[in-house]
Amino acid sequence: MAEVYFTKEHEWIAVSGGEATVGITAYAQEHLGDLVYVEPPEVGKTLAQGKEAAVVESVKAASDVYSPVSGEVTAINKSVVDQPGLVNESPEDKGWLYRLKLSSPDELKALMDRAAYDAFCATL
Amino acid sequence: MVPFAGYDMPVQYPAGVLTEHKHTRAAAGLFDVSHMGQVTLHGAGLAEALEKLVPGDIAALAPGRTRYTLFTNDAGGILDDLMVTNAGDHLFLVVNAACKTADIAHMRAALPKGITLDYLEDRALMALQGPQAVTVMERHLPGAATLKFMSWQNVTVAGFDCFVTRSGYTGEDGFEISAPAAQAEALARTLLAEPEVAPIGLGARDSLRLEAGLCLYGSDLDMTTTPVEAALVWTMSKRRREQGGFPGDAVIKKQLTEGAPRLRVGLKPQDRAPARGHTPIVGDGDAPVGEVTSGGFGPSVDGPIAMGYVRADLAKDGTALGLMVRGARRAASVVSLPFAPHRYHKG
Repeated sequence: MAEVYFTKEHEWIAVSGGEATVGITAYAQEHLGDLVYVEPPEVGKTLAQGKEAAVVESVKAASDVYSPVSGEVTAINKSVVDQPGLVNESPEDKGWLYRLKLSSPDELKALMDRAAYDAFCATL
Repeated sequence: MVPFAGYDMPVQYPAGVLTEHKHTRAAAGLFDVSHMGQVTLHGAGLAEALEKLVPGDIAALAPGRTRYTLFTNDAGGILDDLMVTNAGDHLFLVVNAACKTADIAHMRAALPKGITLDYLEDRALMALQGPQAVTVMERHLPGAATLKFMSWQNVTVAGFDCFVTRSGYTGEDGFEISAPAAQAEALARTLLAEPEVAPIGLGARDSLRLEAGLCLYGSDLDMTTTPVEAALVWTMSKRRREQGGFPGDAVIKKQLTEGAPRLRVGLKPQDRAPARGHTPIVGDGDAPVGEVTSGGFGPSVDGPIAMGYVRADLAKDGTALGLMVRGARRAASVVSLPFAPHRYHKG
């Protein structure tokens, strides 16, 4: 069973062993509106916590997705590249963006659990 | 809601930009564009007086007809783009929200004493756009179908005193309706109650006009851009091109003869990545050759689209160029505008 964490930039990360899956939250997709383009990172790329990892674009604007933790990209979701609307339909499941191998698992301690994230969203 | 030129404007309604855009192209969309400036000019010698400020042919504008034109400055740059209607005994102007204060001051300073300018702050403006707009209008304005593209009438719509123009900013057939502000909500609710009509926000307004290849002042046009560079020479009649008599006429005439250094073009990215405004346009060896002024995703085109300015020798359709999106070159080509064919009712 994966453990799910959240960032203040509205990314989620589901961690299972030394690997994790990353996407944007339901709150994020709702505020971005209909997505028309998704640019995930390249497989093999090393990402740093809090730095640009992917780009999601609505009709009007482009938004950066920041990596919740550091690590090396092991897979990307080709389905969302072909069908960006999948992120709107299923942001926290089928609309995942990329997988990575964690290089500093301790970084997870700085993230929120679902209850803390829901409370955070309620303040926005 | 977002702040826009001093107004709170909806970017989108609950349906969202994509749905609103497609609905407008398939049925009818209602846009609240009351932020735009509505102005009347009364007095003797109106056409002659306004022609001193715009390169458009106002003298040749017949009663009941509307024309798109530009306020220019002495350098030939564009101060604003606007619609001018010959309303019989006066001219009716619609100018951009962000420019209206400056436009009104500009006109007040330049127009001769005998001409009275009235800013119609107490009127709202709505646009009903799309292939089914005419069906909807016929129910509230019998005979609406006979109004031709770029024609104007002062009529009663659903019981309200309105100025109706067959025009718009989407590339679709449609109407722009000026109504007294006090009755605007009732008129909007009447039109929204029609099964074909959905409310449309600023987001879709922008994607619709971009697909239609129409300029947005402040993005595609500004004080440093001439009508020749903006590929808006069609707004000037032969008489006006030859005779001049408007601000910047010398600069514009020179560009008409010798060519402009840069031109506005359509740009089609070859992959799916949208290139937004200010994206650098590059040529061979990634040398800068221009900049995107409007760019995004075209829902009806189902792909990214853009407009921008390129060096004049690269403005030919089919020219291969690069767009520097997030630091990486992406292939694009120059294409003719519009991206979505205009479907105006030319009668």
